Amino acid sequence: MSIDRRDFLSLSGSALYAAILAGCNSKGPRTAQRLIKYAERKNEVVERALFRHTSMDATQSGAHAAGNKLPSYFISKTVPVWDEGVRGKWTLEVGGMVAKPVTLSMDDLLHLPRVANRVNHYCVEGWTAVETWTGVPMRELAKLVQPDANAKFVDFQSFDDGYHESWDMEGALHPQTVVAYALDGTMLGPAHGAPARVYSPVKLGYKNTKYLTKIAFMPVANGGYWSDAGYEWYGGV
Amino acid sequence: MNAVAIVIMVGSGLRIFNAYPAFARRGETFRWYPFEHKSIPLNLTFGGWLGGARHWHFAMMWVLVVNGLVYLAFVFLHGEWRDLVPRRNDPRDAIEMMKFYLFIKKRHPHQGKHNALQKSAYFALPLVSALAVVSGIAIWKPVQLAWLANLLGGYVWARYWHFVAMTIIVVLSVIHVFMVFAVDPYSIRSMVTGRYNPNASPEARNARPFYHLFYKPTFPVSDADVVPGAIAPPLPPKNPSDGIEI
Repeated sequence: MSIDRRDFLSLSGSALYAAILAGCNSKGPRTAQRLIKYAERKNEVVERALFRHTSMDATQSGAHAAGNKLPSYFISKTVPVWDEGVRGKWTLEVGGMVAKPVTLSMDDLLHLPRVANRVNHYCVEGWTAVETWTGVPMRELAKLVQPDANAKFVDFQSFDDGYHESWDMEGALHPQTVVAYALDGTMLGPAHGAPARVYSPVKLGYKNTKYLTKIAFMPVANGGYWSDAGYEWYGGV
Repeated sequence: MNAVAIVIMVGSGLRIFNAYPAFARRGETFRWYPFEHKSIPLNLTFGGWLGGARHWHFAMMWVLVVNGLVYLAFVFLHGEWRDLVPRRNDPRDAIEMMKFYLFIKKRHPHQGKHNALQKSAYFALPLVSALAVVSGIAIWKPVQLAWLANLLGGYVWARYWHFVAMTIIVVLSVIHVFMVFAVDPYSIRSMVTGRYNPNASPEARNARPFYHLFYKPTFPVSDADVVPGAIAPPLPPKNPSDGIEI
């Protein structure tokens, strides 16, 4: 029996269809879950290969700043506010696998090199917003603490009920990634992550931890609030 | 398989869209979409929630892109693109086809492999799909591939073009599937196997929608009924038990 091209196509087509049906009938969601998990891992490889430190976000000419139209959220029951009476002075700890861990006060942050980036905010939901974020570039903080060569990830932790997100090192050290303490020229308010937050246009909004307390350089990633809830861990744009 | 992938892609895309069913940048307005901030009905969506829909969308995109490339390779290697490229008479022929479907014109216009309406649909589909892919990549990577988003007018517009391309693909697909069942259900076999037997189709498929439901072949066909150049009308079966040979 010989099989020509059309027979082959029709046979393989039927076989594939049967396989899909069998997959749906027997395991259903579990097979599907494995499939999309596999796709996520492969997509991350592609996304990291595409990533360039030289690719910068720029806002369109004529784009309006969102101002008070910028949405905000937190996961605590009430707006997280740093209470000095209870917790003492707010500080930012930068440590983990680094040569020189530091604990920075707001005053220290204000005296470090400062940038103001007018950039887009890319939300996972599909909206964007133009804002100006002022703060210390993550690159400057890395220079200060000197991460170990084996540190491949950075975890951004907060006092918002355990909210944190870990990042790949490349994203964390992108020139537009900053530890921001001001939004549109005024010091951050509690709605947007006061006293300081991480802000970068190279990650989706949910990766940008607000109410920052600690930056930890790490050999492995440790997930994050939204990535553990099922969103992509990489979350790059 | 393609049909399944497209349904998943559209459903998950609509679910993603529902998370922010508008195009305007925050603090701005967008004038080119009349339904800003109106959600898509949930039973038209796929993925269960935003995160799930995103996973499905980013998995299926590879299936569709690979299928699209294989399709283009086949069409070019087999020279079938010749049946699809627009010709000078196509607009006129397309109007003739519409007149035929609307009962203004009695006779089915002369055609090649596809009629003029089909041709324009099959020619437009790869172009619109390309727009869907390019705009999709642009809104997936608006910073790393900023040049692509800028080419389409920026993130907001790239997202809009992605939505428009999806809408055109859905409309063409719905018409296509309707016509398959309504005009020439016998062609389904050819979609799977690649073989097409015109004798099996009513009036050699040059019929109006649902014609096959009422079609009773009358033989012999007089010469006056044969449209020059049209595919030969079906031959009568030799005896009732023979049926139609496929």
